[in-house]
Amino acid sequence: MEINHWHCYENMFSSRQFEASVTTVWRSGKISGEMHLSTGEEAITAGTVLQLQAGDAMALDHRGTSAMLMRGVDPFRLLREFMGKSDGLCHGQGGHMHLFSKRHLAASSGIVGATGPAAAGFALANRALRPGSVALAFFGDGAMNQGMLLESMNLAVAWRLPVVFICKDSKWAITTLSASVTGGKLVNRAIGMGMPATSIDGTDVEAVWKTASKSLIRARKGKGPSFIHATCTHPEGHFLGDPLLRIARHPVKEMKKVAGPMIKSAIHLQGASILKRSGSLATVTTLIGKTARDQHFSGKDPLSRLRRQLKKENGRLEKLENELINKNQAVINRALAAR
Amino acid sequence: MKTNETMKTMSFADAIEDALATAMATDERIIIIGEDVHLLRVNLLSRFGRDRVLAAPISESAFVGAAVAAAMGGLRPVVEVMLVDFIGVAMDALLNHAAKTFAFSGGNWHVPLVVRAACGGGYGDGGQHEQSLWGWLAHIPGLTVVVPSTPADAGGLMLSALSHEEPVIFLEHKLLADYWLDYLGAGGRDTVTYDIPMMGATGPVPDPWQPVPIGKMAIRRNGSDITVVGVGVGIHRALEAATILAQNGYSAEVIDLRTVSPLDREGLCASVSKTGRMLVVDEDYQAFGLSGELAAVVLESGIQAKYGRVCVESTIPYSPEMEKQALPNTVRILAAANELLLKR
Ligand SMILES: Cc1ncc(C[n+]2csc(CCOP(=O)(O)OP(=O)(O)O)c2C)c(N)n1
Repeated sequence: MEINHWHCYENMFSSRQFEASVTTVWRSGKISGEMHLSTGEEAITAGTVLQLQAGDAMALDHRGTSAMLMRGVDPFRLLREFMGKSDGLCHGQGGHMHLFSKRHLAASSGIVGATGPAAAGFALANRALRPGSVALAFFGDGAMNQGMLLESMNLAVAWRLPVVFICKDSKWAITTLSASVTGGKLVNRAIGMGMPATSIDGTDVEAVWKTASKSLIRARKGKGPSFIHATCTHPEGHFLGDPLLRIARHPVKEMKKVAGPMIKSAIHLQGASILKRSGSLATVTTLIGKTARDQHFSGKDPLSRLRRQLKKENGRLEKLENELINKNQAVINRALAAR
Repeated sequence: MKTNETMKTMSFADAIEDALATAMATDERIIIIGEDVHLLRVNLLSRFGRDRVLAAPISESAFVGAAVAAAMGGLRPVVEVMLVDFIGVAMDALLNHAAKTFAFSGGNWHVPLVVRAACGGGYGDGGQHEQSLWGWLAHIPGLTVVVPSTPADAGGLMLSALSHEEPVIFLEHKLLADYWLDYLGAGGRDTVTYDIPMMGATGPVPDPWQPVPIGKMAIRRNGSDITVVGVGVGIHRALEAATILAQNGYSAEVIDLRTVSPLDREGLCASVSKTGRMLVVDEDYQAFGLSGELAAVVLESGIQAKYGRVCVESTIPYSPEMEKQALPNTVRILAAANELLLKR
């Protein structure tokens, strides 16, 4: 399938708008618990999900919002789900980490690595019941150390399953720099298992689209799985209210209250000696600094990147954006007004 | 308790960390393993170094399995799986290895391992992040399961777990451990509120630390009409209910098991034979779990008692409103207690 940049931009822009509104609603307290955004991943989602056909399946991790939206799930029902309402996508039972749409064969999991086995199983069912259709597995760099994901990559090769494994590499797993706990290169793991693997810039929707297109054709033809390693950043950190980013943004206010005893007692007088205390502080501040640096778009925002390409037709672009902003606002207003 | 000890006030989470640090200072075999421990346990890291606080990849089956054998090899690992829900990934290491080694070796080889995990709900994070699972884990012979409800017990049970020769699952409730609640619930917001049991989140702890024996319950409130029994946050809900029952002229005894396995059978039976009524408050699943086990213990001992339970009956809903109904709350406890009290 050929890429349509305008179609990609429309989807990426809508997803970004929606998640910006979700952030506001979360901050207002109307969404409980954690909130992991897929902001920053939009090019990876658009470059893969927008190429899917009826019958294709998706296994989503804890950042499933953009994939659900781009697959056609009603944003109203998504937001109502996040708000825990009975007219939400899963009647308020699942929440943002556990989004399910049977109609789209789309299932999420909050268990890191679980999308590997899920995609393998969807692919198995698809091959038997919906020949020519495929399954996508989305996961992060951290998940690449989870046994069940690596096992399913092997399984997919052994059974020649129509799976596309998509690793969204943000470098970080919560507060862990993945490189510090990971051996070798991620693509080499996939290659070692005997599947084609490509590393791309996941903020470049065209690169994602082209690579995914090859993988999808291969899978649809029954030639087996492939692996896409796509880099990205999460400007809100691991989740909304990420303690490291909170401190980076409001050091004085947040340092004392953030993250309970872990940081608190590092700055309190009692306990360790000055030397040791500054040791823990150094650990924390280094992490804060690195997170703030890595999770900043710094010119690598997938959305503005694509926007620069479309800017030639400025009138069309602004008209589209205004339409999408209004459309999003109408959905949000409706979701907030509903009882 | 010794008489010469003084008390100080501590939060639930600080108490665990303080007891852990005390033990680590005297026993070099104690090491910490887990994801993000370089931040979660940054104080221990800076004090004891990277060789004793090991940040792990997201590979629970590997690092929990490794912790089991490290314990067999002479270390005393405290391995963290963040939330008890994630223990599923590492279950083989516990079910088929940690729990079996002592028996298989003919009683010759111990596994002095502590598995630490946050548990419980009440902050709207959904059914894959809010389970309790203590009954499910306690079902396995060879696993000891402790669930503290106060800072003093949290520190004291951690000390006992660290000197225990067999694997102990140590569960800390997220409504009691402030850093988990901030991390997973509030995220710095002041637009959300939680029903935090204050007496569990902060309280007096002995100075110096005293171990709390594994397998010994505590009577939190004396009473004569009904025994309300449970662990963790359930105890605080039960105490709230007991206060209201007292206003209505009923005297409820509240028993904190503290250890799910092994159960303090004697303590439980003594209370239930006195009151003749047992109400179990359990945030774990109702069927095939702690609440049924307690009924069996009482029946086996020949006590005639009226019985009821308030537990989690199905997958915990994400929706905060629905979640409130699904978890044991004071209203549900009162309704069940009143029903039992009316039975003659
Ligand atoms: C089995 C399991 N272990 C730990 C966690 C806690 N956890 C949630 S997200 C996460 C980090 C995941 O990192 P990565 O796969 O890189 O995805 P990212 O969040 O960076 O997109 C962790 C450790 C979990 N949900 N499941």
